[in-house]
Amino acid sequence: MENMMQESKKEEAKKERAKEYNDYVKQVTKTMSLPKNMFWAFIVGGIICTLGQGIGDVIKHYGVEEKAADSMTLLILIALSALLTGLNIYPKIGNFAGAGALVPITGFANSVAASAIEFKAEGFVMGLGCKIFTIAGPVILYGIFSSWILGVIYWAGQMFHWW
Amino acid sequence: MALIKAFIVGGIICAIVQIFIDKTKLMPGRIMTGLVVIGTILGAVGLYQPFIDFAGAGASIPLLGFGNTLIKGVKEAVDANGFLGTFMGGFKASAVGISGALIFGFISALIFKSKMQG
Repeated sequence: MENMMQESKKEEAKKERAKEYNDYVKQVTKTMSLPKNMFWAFIVGGIICTLGQGIGDVIKHYGVEEKAADSMTLLILIALSALLTGLNIYPKIGNFAGAGALVPITGFANSVAASAIEFKAEGFVMGLGCKIFTIAGPVILYGIFSSWILGVIYWAGQMFHWW
Repeated sequence: MALIKAFIVGGIICAIVQIFIDKTKLMPGRIMTGLVVIGTILGAVGLYQPFIDFAGAGASIPLLGFGNTLIKGVKEAVDANGFLGTFMGGFKASAVGISGALIFGFISALIFKSKMQG
């Protein structure tokens, strides 16, 4: 009987501690409201897209044809993102911009550069070489696979004249 | 005008995705993968290209546009090479984005040290 009492007391103390801990975590974790998060995602995402539009417009202004200009714009944005990731600036932007830094192609470049930088210490082949694909891998795999499936459907549609 | 459209449309896409992130707590990798896959579907049914024609970089810079690029490449390759094209177009069309990210990411890793390990 006494044992059981002690047990339940222990349990209670455990729960109490867990509650205290959770309250503490809640207190120190930065909680931002959804509207605020959406606002910053909108602003930063908008700025990155505007930058892309601006760079593309300037390149086209100098007579580069559209497809090449789009590729150059993409490369400039990706290079900028890789640089800002190395300087630890892009992650800081991501902290408050959330989806605004994640959704544009610069977010993809950031994830590639960040994994490469982080895992360089584990070696150039099994470290950097493997881990550079940590996020790029799934994005490329499922992008390629879904476009292949849709491509097969498109091909069948062309064959039988319903697409 | 093109700049304003890019800002508004690109911003709206990011704000909508922010709702998903906050409500579902999905990790960044899943969000990015999902966007690219959704982009391929929107591109396949022909909805995304008109969207890019309207919003320019506001539609092409988000990862949805990357998915659209993939399926656009596959369709073009199927038109040119038939079934074999389903294996050719995706990587060809996305070559600049993928090569660029890998090459610049690698160079960045050569130059910079991880801030996480101090």
